[in-house]
Amino acid sequence: MGNFDKKLEKFWSVFYEHQGYTKVITGLENTLIIAVVGLAIGIIIGTLIAIIRVLPKYRMLPRILNGFCTFYVGLFRGTPIVVQLLVTYYVALPLLGINMPALNVCVLVFGLNSGAYVSEIMRGGILSVDPGQMEAGRALGLSYRVAMMKIVVPQAVKNILPTLGNEFIALIKETSVVSFVGAADLYVAFNYIGSNSYEFMVPYLVMALIYIVLVAIAALLVKLMERSLRKSDRRN
Amino acid sequence: MIDVIDLRKSFGNLEVLKGINITINKGEKIAIIGPSGSGKSTLLRCLNCLEDPTSGSVIFDGVDIADMKVNINIHRRHMGMVFQQFNLFNNKTVIDNIMLAPVHIGIQDLRQKKLKNLFIRGRNFISRDKKELYPITTSKAEIKTKAKENAMRLLKRIGLEDKANVYPSTLSGGQKQRIAIIRALAMNPKVMLFDEPTSALDPEMVGEVLDLIRQLADEGMTMVIVTHEMGFAREVATRVLFMDEGKIVEDNTPEEIFTNPQNPRTQGFLSKVL
Repeated sequence: MGNFDKKLEKFWSVFYEHQGYTKVITGLENTLIIAVVGLAIGIIIGTLIAIIRVLPKYRMLPRILNGFCTFYVGLFRGTPIVVQLLVTYYVALPLLGINMPALNVCVLVFGLNSGAYVSEIMRGGILSVDPGQMEAGRALGLSYRVAMMKIVVPQAVKNILPTLGNEFIALIKETSVVSFVGAADLYVAFNYIGSNSYEFMVPYLVMALIYIVLVAIAALLVKLMERSLRKSDRRN
Repeated sequence: MIDVIDLRKSFGNLEVLKGINITINKGEKIAIIGPSGSGKSTLLRCLNCLEDPTSGSVIFDGVDIADMKVNINIHRRHMGMVFQQFNLFNNKTVIDNIMLAPVHIGIQDLRQKKLKNLFIRGRNFISRDKKELYPITTSKAEIKTKAKENAMRLLKRIGLEDKANVYPSTLSGGQKQRIAIIRALAMNPKVMLFDEPTSALDPEMVGEVLDLIRQLADEGMTMVIVTHEMGFAREVATRVLFMDEGKIVEDNTPEEIFTNPQNPRTQGFLSKVL
């Protein structure tokens, strides 16, 4: 493994002495921004879609909205995220005449994409809440919307938190494709170090380690949140 | 107070209620008995439109609440409902369970009044004939403190004030049901609907819940109770309805129904359960 020492040295020289770490930090930042903001957008969109999809469908409007949501979910679950990124960045936005930095496009696409997944998770969560909870709220004179937002959704969120954490972890890892549209994430940073030191083994190894640490931290956060939300539960 | 006129309800092809007519007067305590599947619970749930009637009307305080155009939420505030499965909000503490609806509705009314006043002010500014503003006598904080006081008073009444800040999952069935009852009472309803309030309880807890319902009855609350507790129905009710196959078969005083049932189906049912 004498060879490995040399590789490590090469990596260190580019990483530290040639300021490669600034790129890594920017990449890490971007990765986290895309994952966190993407998930936030996803949760908002997902909750809205989930509520629309569980609405009673006596009237016309919920049916039309429901059709739209089905289309949306089908579209974003039916295509790979790379394709969505490419189409948005190179087709949709230029056609609309919008000029947007690559990072913002990534946040947007990841948000829309995770919205489709979160909506299905959230729908399952809402359906898992005892219908009696909604009935009790309605019987007290609360509107459907208020009963939904104050009683059903909070309980649904608690039920789906582990799955939502899973989605967050998946999102962190999926961000590694954003270099397709030129956003600078971790992959871009380590690729830069690799190509400048003509040596890819150590950079990619370190990259893998960083992803593992990120995911471990995310898992820990989800666990802590679950614990604090479990106050009203029987299993403590 | 409540007039039910030719109420029908179908689930798909199954007609559960086949033309129900009842008049419920203020102060009456009505027990609905009958075999399972006879439509008792469905009838009760149609009274506050938790199930939308397929046809017919439910006139409550002069308004047909079965009409889809009526804002049902306003009328439901005056009808308390207690469920077989308690249905306390699992994500709220006991006191929040009781306060949620009064606080929310109080604040909502306040907001609406303020909004209307804003319009009137704008109108008064332009027009000559000045309109009076809606009087605003309360504030958000006051609504909350009042609701809290009321909730604590009700909790004290059932002797559970020490449970105010716990979650429902830590309570026994009897405690849950009593809290569900005072949660409905916190809205000062004109009528209380009980949907088999003791059917999901352990036998030793039935008593405490029935005692509370009995108290309410003695205070003159109008109530409709779907129940399998024949003794209780006999003791508390002023009128008993016997239902079978989606129809009210017999409607009489408890004395008459239990000692001298007229209809053969009532006789058959009572001979099985008594």
